[in-house]
Amino acid sequence: MQLDLSFYTWDLIEKFILKGLLFSIQLTIIATLGGIIFGTLLALMRLSNQRVLSTIASWYVNIMRSIPLVMVILWFFLLMPSIIGRSIGAELSAYITFIAFEAAFFSEIIRAGINSVPQGQNHAAYALGMNYQQKMSLIILPQAFRNMIPVLMTQTIILFQDTSLVYAIGAYDLLKGFEVAGKNYGRPIETYLLAAVVYFVICFSLSTIVKKIQQNVAIIR
Amino acid sequence: MAFIELHHVNKYYGQFQVLSDCTLSVEKGEVVVICGPSGSGKSTLIKTINGLEPIQSGKIVVDGLSLQDSNTNLSLLRSKVGMVFQSFELFPHLSVTDNLTIAQIKVLKRSPLEAKKHGLMYLERVGLTTQKDKFPGQLSGGQQQRVAIARALCMDPKIMLFDEPTSALDPEMVGEVLDVMVQLANEGMTMMCVTHEMGFAKKVSNRVIFMDLGRIVEDCTKVDFFSDVSARSPRAQEFLSKIIQG
Repeated sequence: MQLDLSFYTWDLIEKFILKGLLFSIQLTIIATLGGIIFGTLLALMRLSNQRVLSTIASWYVNIMRSIPLVMVILWFFLLMPSIIGRSIGAELSAYITFIAFEAAFFSEIIRAGINSVPQGQNHAAYALGMNYQQKMSLIILPQAFRNMIPVLMTQTIILFQDTSLVYAIGAYDLLKGFEVAGKNYGRPIETYLLAAVVYFVICFSLSTIVKKIQQNVAIIR
Repeated sequence: MAFIELHHVNKYYGQFQVLSDCTLSVEKGEVVVICGPSGSGKSTLIKTINGLEPIQSGKIVVDGLSLQDSNTNLSLLRSKVGMVFQSFELFPHLSVTDNLTIAQIKVLKRSPLEAKKHGLMYLERVGLTTQKDKFPGQLSGGQQQRVAIARALCMDPKIMLFDEPTSALDPEMVGEVLDVMVQLANEGMTMMCVTHEMGFAKKVSNRVIFMDLGRIVEDCTKVDFFSDVSARSPRAQEFLSKIIQG
């Protein structure tokens, strides 16, 4: 078998690949931000003294973590039309699913981060007259997030790889871009090989950066 | 009515009773030292006074407000009660100045400028003006504890609670922290101190409370506690003989 990559011209990349790459990056960024926001809420719910809140959050996290992501993507995409009466499109569907799914994973990281801040910091904040919100937003979460940065970034790299699962609902991501290009030129093997190389280069560079950051961000206490 | 009153306070960790029927009162301007062997409940007792440790039964009144009354604004009450911890508990992600101002700005709603002025005034009083831009991790233990005292004083508290403020310090740093506390006592601040520093107790306290196994065993004047030893309980006598020898 002869590998021939000569058909990968800039024109082709611009036409098929960039669009997919852009969507994969967008999905990663939005799912990370959304996941951190909702994950923080879930973590606070799980850690709260209100039994109802912590039970709801803990069920949500356990269910999400026990189902393969590709099934969540598929179900949400297939169920939405029968609930609201029309399709919301593969891309919007992907955004919502990824935020909902990543929130569960981020919440566990954030919960561990919050627990890594010594109990005495809670006491000190309360002793100065702060209420729960002030204590969390000014004292505990800033320290927790600083301790969590490397783990959060690692999760984001995994998330970038996972975005390829949107192929299940036909959204146009990086992998899909390669697939379409390969089909147009009848060269699937070269296409998937190149796709793997691109994923590797992106993820490996990101993990190298994370390692650098890990050495520089000292855990507070 | 005394400034602080505890009535028959009981507290449990599960089955284990940490505080048994503790009753005491502290008047304005008094300096009260709480001592006792480790595990006697003295740190827990002092943390019940600003509600950091909840109690199962009894009543605690601070400045006329009951901690057990659900109408009491606990945050407001705590902002008037300064507390200094054994492990300092400065906020490590904030500079010294920010440590001093954050609660003034967010809790007391002072302007940042006013808060900073106030904060630097107290920083000067603990002799650390030159450290204002550093982070807690860059300071020695003694310096951190002095900043922690300044941070509590910035809130203009009506009483200061000290929970073993010198126990985590190297011996040569104990003095600088005690000096600040003595100065504070001499200025008439109402203080409750859990401490093993009997020198401090002898020098500035009005009263000494001795605890053992979650009970208040002795509550008497400094003179009675240190001079009239034969009138003390056997447990307190034993403790005193060890402390004075050591």
